[in-house]
Amino acid sequence: MVQLTLPKNSQISDGVQWPKPPGANRLTEYRIYRWNPDDGRNPRIDTYYVDRDDCGPMVLDGLIYIKNTIDPTLTFRRSCREGICGSCAMNIDGTNTLACLKSMDDVRGGCVKIYPLPHMPVVKDLIPDLTQFYAQHASIEPWLHTETPAPEKEWPQSRNDREKLDGLYECILCACCSTSCPSYWWNGDRYLGPAALLGAYRWLIDSRDEATGERLDNLEDPFRLYRCHTIMNCAKACPKGLNPAKAIAEIKKMMVTRQF
Amino acid sequence: MSNHSGTSMRTTRSRVQGLGSARSGTGHFWWQRVTALANIPLVLAALAILICVAGKPHAEAVAVLGHPLAAIVLILALFSVTTHMRIGMQVVIEDYVHAEGAKVLALVGNIFFCTAVALAGIFAILKISFGV
Repeated sequence: MVQLTLPKNSQISDGVQWPKPPGANRLTEYRIYRWNPDDGRNPRIDTYYVDRDDCGPMVLDGLIYIKNTIDPTLTFRRSCREGICGSCAMNIDGTNTLACLKSMDDVRGGCVKIYPLPHMPVVKDLIPDLTQFYAQHASIEPWLHTETPAPEKEWPQSRNDREKLDGLYECILCACCSTSCPSYWWNGDRYLGPAALLGAYRWLIDSRDEATGERLDNLEDPFRLYRCHTIMNCAKACPKGLNPAKAIAEIKKMMVTRQF
Repeated sequence: MSNHSGTSMRTTRSRVQGLGSARSGTGHFWWQRVTALANIPLVLAALAILICVAGKPHAEAVAVLGHPLAAIVLILALFSVTTHMRIGMQVVIEDYVHAEGAKVLALVGNIFFCTAVALAGIFAILKISFGV
């Protein structure tokens, strides 16, 4: 059966209460999930205080402030700090989102609670293991498949056909959607998840692609595609404002269309 | 199949590929929606028939239920509802029951139960309708 309670070695305890930065006027409290695979202890929640006058406005700015000035052992991924790389995806204030796009002022209740993306194996602190997520993306073969010999220059595409890719190509593979999906939590080993399926649909409707049938064949499966029960957490979580649930519904429509 | 053991030496890609695509699921998806649509008028009609016979003496109730139109509506409703029930429950089992043995048992039990309910109901209506 689905495991609804945490195993004993995952139960979270209270952690370290780090001191407030001296002389700070405006403080924001951070409560952050900490887990180190090397110390043999259970995960804990550490409390930090960020000096808002010495730090940018985003949740990621606060994390970088903590790492630089309070606790260098705090571990998280980040790179572009402007919502295009997808590295700093984490569960902030109960929602999966990008730390670099979430303002500290938008957090309800004033205290910034941060956990790693839900239901993924944790590598350390806020870093989830996304190996399977990436393998699922690779399995939909996200590149152009053609039989026709390649033209001298580029494959042409009408303006209308190109517009069909809007709302799909922008996915940055941050995994916020897939890790917010209960179907992905319970059956993530077989269900491809919203991110991979949004990617699949992006290639299914690309006018230049010649493998639509094979792509649909590979998705037509009770688990790979049909575990989506239109829960819509994916669309709510997506920090880029995309709608994976709609893309999945369009794939199901294509599946039905080719039957009749 | 759920195989997340840390000791497995299979590659992640191989685990994701699993046993490949089952090339099915669309029929299931289609029938769940067709029966859902059919359930709306059929359940309403079955409820109307039920309200009609409520409190009536036995002979009159049998006469209403035995009317060909009522009998056909009730049989259709039973067929649609139990089909919807079976495929809906199958999804729930596939979602939440992960142990292979328990899953197969639950799936088979689901088919047996829904078929038995459908047949018992249809048999009862036919028996009344044909007045045996």
